[in-house]
Amino acid sequence: MKQLAMGILSAAAFGFVATAASADTLDDVKAKGFVQCGVNSGLAGFSAPNDKGEWTGLDVDFCRAVAAAVFGDGTKVKFTGLSAKDRFTALQSGEIDILSRNTTWTINRDTALGLNFAGVTYYDGQGFMINAKKLPGVNSALQLSGAAICVQAGTTTELNLADYFKANKMEYNPVVFEKFEEANAAYDAGRCDAYTTDQSGLYAVRLQMSAPDDHVVLPEIISKEPLGPSVRQGDDKWFDIVKWTYYALLNTEEAGVTQANVEEMKGSDNPDTKRLLGTEAETKIGTDLGLSNDWVVNIVKATGNYGEIFERNVGAGSPLKIARGINALWTKGGLQYGMPIR
Amino acid sequence: MAQEAIHDAPARASLIYDPKVRGIVFQVVLVALLVMGVWWIVDNTIENLRRSNISTGFAFLRGRAGFDISDRLIEYSSDSSYGRALLVGVLNTAAVAAAGIVTATILGFLVGVGRLSNNWLIRKLATFYVELFRNIPPLLVILFWYQGVLALLPNVRDSLSLPLGSYLNNRGFYFPRFVWEPGAGLVLAGFIAGIVLSWYVARRAKARQMATGQQFPVLLTSLLLIIGLPLLAFLLAGLPVSIDYPQKGTFNLTGGTNVKPEFLSLYLALSFYTAAFIAEIVRAGIMGVPKGQTEAYSALGLRSNLGLRLVVIPQAMRIIIPPLTSQYLNLTKNSSLAVAIGYPDLYAIGGTVLNQTGQAIEVVVIFMVVYLGISIVTSLFMNWFNTKMALKER
Amino acid sequence: MDEHDMSWVRTEMALAETAPRSQVGAGAWLRKNLFATPVDAAFSLLALLALAWAVPQILNWLFFDAIWTGADRTACLTTEQGGQLPAGWSGACWPFVSGRFGQFMFGRYPLDERWRVILTGILFIALLAPLLIPRAPYKGLNAILFFGVFPFVAFFLLVGGGFGLRYVETPLWGGLMVTLVISYVGIIVSLPLGILLALGRRSKMPIVKLLSVIFIEAVRGVPLVTVLFMASFMLPLFVPPGMSFDKLLRALIGVALFASAYMAEVVRGGLQAIPKGQYEGADSLGLGYWQKMGFIIMPQALRLVIPGIVNTFIGMFKDTTLVLIISMFDLLGVVKQNISGDPTWATPQTAKTGYIFAAAIFWVFCFGMSRYSQYMERRLDTGHKR
Repeated sequence: MKQLAMGILSAAAFGFVATAASADTLDDVKAKGFVQCGVNSGLAGFSAPNDKGEWTGLDVDFCRAVAAAVFGDGTKVKFTGLSAKDRFTALQSGEIDILSRNTTWTINRDTALGLNFAGVTYYDGQGFMINAKKLPGVNSALQLSGAAICVQAGTTTELNLADYFKANKMEYNPVVFEKFEEANAAYDAGRCDAYTTDQSGLYAVRLQMSAPDDHVVLPEIISKEPLGPSVRQGDDKWFDIVKWTYYALLNTEEAGVTQANVEEMKGSDNPDTKRLLGTEAETKIGTDLGLSNDWVVNIVKATGNYGEIFERNVGAGSPLKIARGINALWTKGGLQYGMPIR
Repeated sequence: MAQEAIHDAPARASLIYDPKVRGIVFQVVLVALLVMGVWWIVDNTIENLRRSNISTGFAFLRGRAGFDISDRLIEYSSDSSYGRALLVGVLNTAAVAAAGIVTATILGFLVGVGRLSNNWLIRKLATFYVELFRNIPPLLVILFWYQGVLALLPNVRDSLSLPLGSYLNNRGFYFPRFVWEPGAGLVLAGFIAGIVLSWYVARRAKARQMATGQQFPVLLTSLLLIIGLPLLAFLLAGLPVSIDYPQKGTFNLTGGTNVKPEFLSLYLALSFYTAAFIAEIVRAGIMGVPKGQTEAYSALGLRSNLGLRLVVIPQAMRIIIPPLTSQYLNLTKNSSLAVAIGYPDLYAIGGTVLNQTGQAIEVVVIFMVVYLGISIVTSLFMNWFNTKMALKER
Repeated sequence: MDEHDMSWVRTEMALAETAPRSQVGAGAWLRKNLFATPVDAAFSLLALLALAWAVPQILNWLFFDAIWTGADRTACLTTEQGGQLPAGWSGACWPFVSGRFGQFMFGRYPLDERWRVILTGILFIALLAPLLIPRAPYKGLNAILFFGVFPFVAFFLLVGGGFGLRYVETPLWGGLMVTLVISYVGIIVSLPLGILLALGRRSKMPIVKLLSVIFIEAVRGVPLVTVLFMASFMLPLFVPPGMSFDKLLRALIGVALFASAYMAEVVRGGLQAIPKGQYEGADSLGLGYWQKMGFIIMPQALRLVIPGIVNTFIGMFKDTTLVLIISMFDLLGVVKQNISGDPTWATPQTAKTGYIFAAAIFWVFCFGMSRYSQYMERRLDTGHKR
């Protein structure tokens, strides 16, 4: 019955409909031939289409890494631009296979919303930005009592904002927008005194202002925003693949495997590196995941290690120029800690 | 012979050609298909929700919302429940719809009458207005007001000062607010008494005119009662009011009442857009009254404004009201476009609630119930009004 | 003799005297149309004053003070905003429109594949134009091509993925192209569906009638955004896991269902206007239900409601803009995206310029449709006056 109805529906839809028979995401993805990845529709450094219409950014590269792990080809991925509002429904409904859209890991989302977070690709915190030219003398968020603040609807940002002002017994006027770009434009037009989002986002937004130099980011960080990719609950196999793709990115950085030297490193004698790159004899790490044994090599070839992804998209090699800070590896005093691949 | 044969032949047409039987079979098949379709959808939905561990039910409405809403008509803070947040949204929708309906009606009637004016210039201007706004998407009108016009207003620091202590800037329109002090209840009582008395006077005057033909200046008396009584109460209670003027604070103007640009754009756009349609309805209504009616009231010796009021307009209203109802409903439904400019109406707040709780189905059910509810209530009211205005054939 | 002397009778007609000066010429026209009564005069003066105040400003903004060339936003900024123009300048920033014209028309459709969209557009016009001209021959064939064949051709041209055409995924579509695709699909789906629903609502079968009424009233009672929201967020929940619909397809389903409910009410109006005798006449000829409806009732009913149908089309054309709320980019969506999401052209004048451009396009389409419907109304009216 289901098969029949699906057949009729898909025929009716001129093949616009993608169908898959099983509930196993990995099998679905393999059958489709690509990973469907939900990203932000436009946040510089994390995911935004460039001039040629190609998606770029840290969140985007993570999806490419997953595609590389599954297919050995980082281009076998399609992106869906999502607003904050439609992102969870898109994942729940199976429209996308991974949600990699600067999404904060919270207990509510991990439980009630039916998500499983695979890791933290970027440790962030919420901050404020103001137009210093229009508001000279304001240099702390605690001076913002009575201000109008632009914020995006349906985000943890909106909730943190409410809590912060309540805790500090300050008044404010939230000006809430559905989309990121709308909030940007309203702030730029002077509709609000301050703009709040994750600090990484503030740097990106600042670049888009008509006079970037007029805007300053205030020092206060009012929340913890661990941003990471998530998948649907109830499919552990797929969850493992996404989770270990993330750890593989970290471990390769730790082992010094880069996009440039990965072929060379395959010949390394270091047992750790051999295990990581699947060159050890009789290795089963890749096949146990449901992938090929050279999955880590494929990832690094496609996107480079975590450090390379970071520098290229948000770090020194990008217009955002964000320092690694707490996003450095644990060996360098940061929080990024890849579970051992063995 | 042939005729007889036909006549004698028993009704032996096969059952499948019997329209009744076919109807029943068709309906049974239809219901079966529908039940199957619904079952399929429900089954899939339950399966999908189970797979992603989403709970169902309306219990989430009691949870703490956690987000703030700046435009609100009732008390609300981030500690209030999701249910209350949605209520704030419903009231905001109602507020913008009500304000829009009043303005659109007034503007629409003016433009509609203008299209029938003898004055060439007024006629052309009214036609231009109607043709312009009828052929542009309402969302475009809203965005034009918000991003094109209101965003160009000055900053708080260079606010435009308007008469009576009000200000206009890119944070909206600020005007003084009356703060009622104890004793203000008397004024309200006076106002209500004024309305009740006027209604009574109007009834008595009509009864007397029916009986004796004598007229009574109802309008003047009513105005005196409705304005005079509260005024008297106001003076008697010792001026129980103080005025809160907007003043410049660190960031915004504080005090007074602030109408935000989101509300203003939505309200102006909906009014201007709908007024174009109402104008056409009014024009059609007035043109729908036969010329004979005008000639008839002139023949009866009624002056033209009296004739218009007693003969033409009541008949025109009968043509106008049904389509006017659907325009009111359209305006209410179009208010959901608020989401594009960040006015917290039901649809926008519902979206936020959906995002925080993941309860997609429940939120959509709430949308449906509220909008359908508004539709039904409006239709019922307008049907009642329509019956009241309908031609009473004697 | 004298009595027969008719010399005092004119032999030729008197020349018509020119009308009194007060009745002809500009003065009379003015008096009659603008200054008939003191109140009229006051109104006219007020209107003239308002026009004298507004029209030069509008013209200046649109044309005389407008900027016509430039590479980015600096062309449209005043000195205090960091540009070249004198302080206090205000005018349209047309290079924004010309610079982004391709996007406004095609969205992010790949540059070297855009000929496919243009070809589809040419086919569309070539098939539509003769259909609209009453005298053009082969109406039946034309209609079959336009409604039956064209959708498939257009689908393969736009989507591709066969016949050596590259596959272009719908998230890349945008601009006027999406507006037209949604409107066209909405029109060809909603008309037949609306007719069926209208027949259902007037059916003698109680269940069919009930279902039609529930569908029509439920859809008409809620805003289109809610329907789109459902199509966008709920549809995926309704189908088995792993099955997913294209976003554009979801919007198409939403718009088509919404429009068909409105269409049903328009068609019902036409059905009600057909005299009972026509139904009885058809019955007495022994026609079956579909024959009766198809040959007797519908041709008359649809002809009566052509203006209503076109009005529904206009409404739907305008409503396509709402897809921007579910993150799709029709013409208005692309314009808005370029205004608020892109700093290249961020100036105080960009928003107004962009919206006025979009408004002009929508206006031309809608006004054209409404004028055509009035023309058809007049044409079909002849000889049917009752």
